[in-house]
Amino acid sequence: MPYALCFLLFMIGLYCAVVKKNMVKIVIGLAVMEYAVNLFLIMLGYRTGGAAPIIDKTYLEPGTTQITANFINTSVDPLPQALVLTAIVISLGSLALIISICIRIYERYGTFDITEIRRLRG
Amino acid sequence: MKGMTIIVKTVSSWVKVFIFLFGINIVLFGHLTPGGGFAGGVILAASYVLLMLAFGRQFVEENLPLGLASKLDCIGAFMFALIAILGIVFGGSFFLNFLFQKYLSGQALHLVSAGTIPLLNIAIGIKVGVSLFLVILMLSISCKGRE
Amino acid sequence: MTRVLPAFVLIPLVMAFVLPLFGKKGKNAATVLANLATITLLVLAIACVGKKGVYQVGNWSISVGIILVLDGLSSLMLLAIGVVSAAAMLFSAKYMEQYTAKSKYLSLFMLMVAGMNGLVLSGDLFNLFVFLEIASLASYALVGFGCEHEELEASFKYMVLGSVASSFILFALALVYGNTAYLNMACVAKAIQTSGLNAGLMFALALFIVGFGLKSALVPFHAWLPDAHPSAPAPISAMLSGIIIKTLGVYSLARVVFNIFGVSVQISWLLIALGVLSMVVGVFLAVGQWDLKRLLAYHSISQMGYVVLGIGIGALILAQNGNVAWASLAILGGLFHLVNHAVFKTLLFLTSGSIEMSTGTRQIKALGGLVEKLPFTRAACTIASASIAGVPPFNGFWSKLILVVAAIQAGLFGLAAVTVIVSLVTLISFLKVQRYIFLGELPENLQGIKENRGTMLAAMVFLACLCVLMGLLVIVPSLRESILEPAVKVLTAGPGYWASAGIIKM
Repeated sequence: MPYALCFLLFMIGLYCAVVKKNMVKIVIGLAVMEYAVNLFLIMLGYRTGGAAPIIDKTYLEPGTTQITANFINTSVDPLPQALVLTAIVISLGSLALIISICIRIYERYGTFDITEIRRLRG
Repeated sequence: MKGMTIIVKTVSSWVKVFIFLFGINIVLFGHLTPGGGFAGGVILAASYVLLMLAFGRQFVEENLPLGLASKLDCIGAFMFALIAILGIVFGGSFFLNFLFQKYLSGQALHLVSAGTIPLLNIAIGIKVGVSLFLVILMLSISCKGRE
Repeated sequence: MTRVLPAFVLIPLVMAFVLPLFGKKGKNAATVLANLATITLLVLAIACVGKKGVYQVGNWSISVGIILVLDGLSSLMLLAIGVVSAAAMLFSAKYMEQYTAKSKYLSLFMLMVAGMNGLVLSGDLFNLFVFLEIASLASYALVGFGCEHEELEASFKYMVLGSVASSFILFALALVYGNTAYLNMACVAKAIQTSGLNAGLMFALALFIVGFGLKSALVPFHAWLPDAHPSAPAPISAMLSGIIIKTLGVYSLARVVFNIFGVSVQISWLLIALGVLSMVVGVFLAVGQWDLKRLLAYHSISQMGYVVLGIGIGALILAQNGNVAWASLAILGGLFHLVNHAVFKTLLFLTSGSIEMSTGTRQIKALGGLVEKLPFTRAACTIASASIAGVPPFNGFWSKLILVVAAIQAGLFGLAAVTVIVSLVTLISFLKVQRYIFLGELPENLQGIKENRGTMLAAMVFLACLCVLMGLLVIVPSLRESILEPAVKVLTAGPGYWASAGIIKM
């Protein structure tokens, strides 16, 4: 059920990026799409009743093999969290680039409307 | 961009040190607590953005000039690549955690542990902090006529 | 040889961080350093031909860590990337003097090369995504490099569609991880073979095809290419059209469809349909263009259709359990056309850049009679036009011949006829280019132009020699078996490739 809602958020972002005419709204649509994908990736690693995958001092007191088995059995999956960290950094770089291009287009053309920015055609 | 009123300037000049210190804490303890290089770098950049909003762009440009920021950016990324190459020199494999496996294991859950990961965190923290600060500085320069 | 593999990613990355430190005064030193780096990568790529290996980054074991895999297909792509990037960097030593901020241009170029090298070497799905993003971001910035009106508009369109494609690819990757619990290509292939394709994995395959199709400008998804390629500076157009749409699009598509998911009859008919549509729509839109670089950009769409058609026919024969020799022939045609197109399309864009630098315009109707003023450029352009139109004995002829023979052997006579017709229309449009630009009368305002010499000429001569000599790659058996055959064997082995190469134990 949460996966279907994630997919709905992805579709809302895609609709925004495709239909809207203002350049800033298109950029917001792209950002919503990337949030939806990151959310989906984190939700994949969830385990019902799991703990955060951080080892602290309470794990260190008993013997060594007990720690690893405890950690594996009770924590959520940490790999999607590392993947999402990378994906967030990538989307930050991409968003910074596209916003600066939007600002430069506004300086040249004087408008944010994409139906009026059509010098290249054919 | 111009600065703000004297109340904002006074309070932010007290608070900026704590934000910067908090960013350094998140970068350094990245292998023990959540955070790490990227999140700490964003907080470091945020402290400079607070200065830019409160005091105006000229003040911050004199404090951390554009040329120095670009060079720090490249040096941070180069440090990251250098530590990865040292993995080949000392250990035989690219990106090998050579400090943990051969020289300096440290004790678990202390500051000096997990080998090269804190050093990589510091390099990423410097690079991301300076990069984000440069991005916001450049965006504010190109919005001219909006004083 | 496997110990050298990180150098393909490391050399361009370190160069990308060191070059901006030179600033405005050290521009010449920075250019020399960058050229040395690309030529070193070309030499390393030639040394890696015919070798295989797996490199484990950080000494982590295979299903846990990142691995770099060198096999036949990777070494072929590394060779193509090396040739195109060395030629483009040599050309841009003089061409980019027109723009300011040259050290930033060199840094972005190096990042693009690093991203592409990492992509063809990665053995891991998420590593492929990260390097795809590195190369894409560098190319978005380079398309809008001179910040004029049209370049910014083209860069914006390219960036929106490119970000949508990247989101699709990440979503498909998340679905694959959720269904198989692995990210390593070999482990995912093994898990899919033991448990079969369920609905989530089929949806992931569809999303992968859409995402990679957007990156390689196949026809329903081609809207960004005719605006982005003309507006970029000439060496960047050469890189975009010559190598980026191939590694980010076609190589990734082939790797995912053949080696991870396994071919089926519906997927191969989908690839054939996309290929035919791209070929036909691309060439008919190209014939009516009067802007030189826009014409070349539409031809890129059409030639990518050839490559995907070849791969699709091979997939169809493999999925129907037909004769493996004919499937190998079709895939050989597709891959050889990929490498050929990298060489002659780069040469075409570099000559158009040379024309633009001499005369200052790109419109075909404003040019004419340039054969007396620019003889070397004219010779290079004629060789490249003959290659793309499929005139023997240049390299385009051999790959198109192999594709037609493979289509006939598979029983698809209609497709073979369409291939020949599209080739004829390509010939028509390049005859138009030759007649209007080089023959005819020289307009008065162009009387004082001069030929471009130096490094620009050297790059064009290098690529023209390659165009003439590359037909030998299929005719001489020893060259074919060492360079092209290993790449074909990788794709025809399908999902069982990883076990047969010794990467995982089945």
